[in-house]
Parts: sequence; C-alpha cells; structure tokens
Amino acid sequence: MSSIISVANLSKTYGSGFKALKNVNLDIKRGEIFALLGPNGAGKTTLISIICGIANPSEGTVLVGGENIQTSYRKARSLIGLVPQELHTDAFESVWATVSFSRGLFGKPKNPAHIEKVLKDLSLWDKKDNKIITLSGGMKRRVMIAKALSHEPQILFLDEPTAGVDVELRKGMWEVVRTLQQSGVTIILTTHYIEEAEEMADRIGVINKGEIVLVEDKATLMEKLGKKRLTLHLQGKVTTLPDSLSHYELDLCDGGATLVYDYDTKGERTGITSLLSDLRNAGIRFNDLDTTQSSLEDIFVDLVRTS
Amino acid sequence: MNHRAIRAIYLFEMARTWRTLLQSIVSPVVSTSLYFVVFGAAIGSRISEVEGVSYGTFIVPGLIMLSVLTQSIANASFGIYFPKFTGTIYEILSAPISYVEIVLGYVGAAATKSIILGLIILATAGLFVPLHIHHPIWMLTFLVLTAVTFSLFGFIIGIWADGFEKLQMIPMLVVTPLTFLGGSFYSIDMLPAGWRSVALLNPVVYLISGFRWSFYEIADVSVSVSICMTTAFLLICLAVIWWIFRTGYRLKN
Repeated sequence: MSSIISVANLSKTYGSGFKALKNVNLDIKRGEIFALLGPNGAGKTTLISIICGIANPSEGTVLVGGENIQTSYRKARSLIGLVPQELHTDAFESVWATVSFSRGLFGKPKNPAHIEKVLKDLSLWDKKDNKIITLSGGMKRRVMIAKALSHEPQILFLDEPTAGVDVELRKGMWEVVRTLQQSGVTIILTTHYIEEAEEMADRIGVINKGEIVLVEDKATLMEKLGKKRLTLHLQGKVTTLPDSLSHYELDLCDGGATLVYDYDTKGERTGITSLLSDLRNAGIRFNDLDTTQSSLEDIFVDLVRTS
Repeated sequence: MNHRAIRAIYLFEMARTWRTLLQSIVSPVVSTSLYFVVFGAAIGSRISEVEGVSYGTFIVPGLIMLSVLTQSIANASFGIYFPKFTGTIYEILSAPISYVEIVLGYVGAAATKSIILGLIILATAGLFVPLHIHHPIWMLTFLVLTAVTFSLFGFIIGIWADGFEKLQMIPMLVVTPLTFLGGSFYSIDMLPAGWRSVALLNPVVYLISGFRWSFYEIADVSVSVSICMTTAFLLICLAVIWWIFRTGYRLKN
C-alpha cells in the first residue's frame, strides 16, 4: 500500500523552549485506519496540527498525497478533513449553514446532495435547521465530523473523536468511521481509549514525549508483544509461597485464593509445565485454571513506561 | 485564487450582520441621529455658520466618518477575534486558502458593512439637514478608502487581542478620542494656533478633512495630503498584516 502521508525528521519546539516533537518519522498508508496512541502531552495533537497547517514545524518535511504541506499547501490541505479534539463550533449558525460554509472554505462548488448525504449518514438530517447551540455534545461532535467531510476529503483526522461521548454514541461513531474507510478515506485517529484503537485500527503508532516509540500492524503488535496470563484458582487459601516457587514471580491474589503467573508466548519455554510440577511438589492444589491474552492497554502502558 | 473560500467567509460574515441587525446597523444609526439632535439642532442653532455652511450640515461628514471608523474597526476586529475566541479559527487555518484570501473575506465584509452604514447615516442626515455633495465620486472614494483602511486596522487589533478587554482597548482609548479630536464637530481652524499644530499630528484630521471637502469643498488640509496620509496608513496596515501571516503571530504556534 502506498503512503498518503509521509512525515520525515519532523521536530517542533515551542517558543517556551518545550520540544513537543523530536525527529518524528511516520508514514500513513492509503486507505488504512491508523491509531496514534500516547499519554497527555505526548505530542499527538501537535503532530496533527502541523500536518493540517494549524502549527508551523520547526524542522522536517510533511508530504500529503505527495504534496509538501508548506510549498504546496493548497493541494495538500484540500485532501484533509480535520475533526479537532475540542468542540469548536459557531454556536448561532444552523447545522446546514456551518457545514456548507466548510465546503466553500475548501473551494468546492455547492453540492446540496453531498451535504444532505453527509448529514443523513451522521443522523443529523432532522437537525439541519437547528442552531448548533441547541444541540447535545454528541451531536456537536457529529457536526464537526460533517464539517470535516463536507469537502469530500481523502484523509480524515479524528483527534480524540469519542472523548466524553457515551458508549452507544461511541459505537455509532465507530460504524461511521468503518463506513468511511470502506469508501476509501484514510483515517488517522488519536485516542485515549485503547479499546477504540483495538477495535478500529489497522495499524497503531505510539508516541511518547514527542517521539514515535513504535509503529506496528495491530495484529502483529498484539502477537509480538502480547503476554498471556495463567490464573490458578486454588483449592484452599495460601498465605505464603515456598522458596521453590520464587523464581516464577507469582502473584497471590484474592486473599490467597488465586495464583497469577504471567508468561511470554514468544519465549522458548513458557514455564507452565515446570510450574505445575513444582506446585504439585509444594502441595498446592487448584480446582480450576484459565488463561487470558494481555490487552493493547497493557502493551501500551508497558511501552510508555519503558520509553 | 480560491474565490469560493473568499465568498464563503464574506457571506458568513455578512450573515452575522443581518442576524445582529439591531446591533450592527440600527444602533449606530440611532446614535448618529442623536448627535444630529444634540449637536445639530440644540447646540448648532446657537453656532454661526462654519465657512459658509450651517453647523448642522457641517458636521455631517464628520459624523459619517466617526461611525465608519469605529464600525470598521469593530466589525473587522470582532470578525477575526471571535473565531480565535471560539476556536473555529482551526478551520480557516487548515483550509486551502492563502492569507490574502482570508483578509479579503474578513476585511471585505467589514468594509462593506461600514460603507452600507455610512450611506445609511448619510441618508438619515438628509432628513435633518439639507445636503449637497459637490464631488460624489471623491466622497465614495474617501468612504471606501477609509472603510478598507480601518477594517485592516481592526483586523490587526482582532489578531493582537487575546481577550475582550484588549479588543475594546484601542478603539475606546485611542480611536474614539482621535476621532472626536479629529475635527468631526469643528474645523481645526477654530482651534488656537498651538493646538492646530498638535491636531495636524492626528491622522483622523486628514480623513475627515478630505471627506468634508468632497461634500462642501472646504478642507482643513489639502485634499492630496489627505489622500496621501490615508494611503500611507493603508500601506502600513497591509505591511503589518503581511508580517502577521508570515510569522503566524497570535494565529499559529
């Protein structure tokens, strides 16, 4: 798949001297959903702001659809739709007027049929004549998406699209995003919700302290970094573990009723066989066991902690 | 040139005018009418003619300029400040439009509003005093030049301001005093010699003088000097705006 966005050696230092981005290199593939994860202040919004033209880079280049965002900004920006993190709207405008305004701003001729389709896709059609100030937070968020889609962009940036949105609406947004991807739109989303990235993304990038820590195919990432957890439900409560089990780094949970063992699926030996043998020798019996795969959240927390 | 973007910004700003008709148009017309009643009728009846023109008639160009100046600044500064305040400026900055197009949209709309307002006040003045415009083309030229120049100035204030207090500061503390002292209600020949020299440092004097000349062929300073001074201020404003967009001052991080 070819790159639709290429970020090379991008750095951003604010006037205060704070380095928000440090030599970032990133390629976004055409047609994918790319999730950019990172803790607060990691540089996610700064990166998006530079690509979209809201902030100036200190160093480096960004190509959007092969066009340089600074020397060929008209062509580059016309490919992008941006839904910012904050709900910035013209409170006293109608939904129809504000979405139509966005289309005009991007130099597109009037196309009421397209605006109608966007509003219907986002379940906003019956609110088209309402002033934005009268809408709920979730609806305002959808208006922001409608504005970003009004000029038929090839790339859509969603900066924390479901922040503060209830579960039902969040799932509705996921549907919208999937439909957009099917229509050929490349989607880059930043999120705090790991489940969102896990649910939606084709690839995941992790940014921390202004540096890209990792970019990986989601499935590969889960496979490569995923750990499994073995939970043993003991027949009786155990207060202390014998020294013969200390090298397994076991955790006693539920007041000694369960024993937890984390192991690496990619390791040469998982240690499960010897653990079970040593437990029998130590006289510790269990009546049930289960294993779970570590989530993307666990992976993310590990990465951020170690980067 | 992204004509559609200019049109979108222009129409969006003009729509705000019609939505806030009372504040945008009716309020300045009412306050100007009050000036006519107070200065023209009540006080003016006790003042003799100024250079052959009745006092009520004499103050008409100054009153129009007073409104055009203040409204141009208010319209343009609010026009660009409000998107900054609400955050919707992100859309302008991320759209495929040049700085020239942004300025044309915002300043064009602000100047249009001021010109419409100036013409409404002129028509209102016609109800109070007899009017005859000697040089209508020059009158319109001064009106447009002033509206555009001070809309550019307002645009600069709107970008510079990072709060509503600053947005009001320059119009209230600088522009309004300069306008009142710029000969709106008197000819600077009526001032003592020393103050006359001081008054010539006030750029508004040149605007009002030129505008008044287009009405009655009477002026405090020569018309060519008026045009040169106004054009010079226009060029300074353009240079400042060029610098703002080149550096991203108060717009981009």
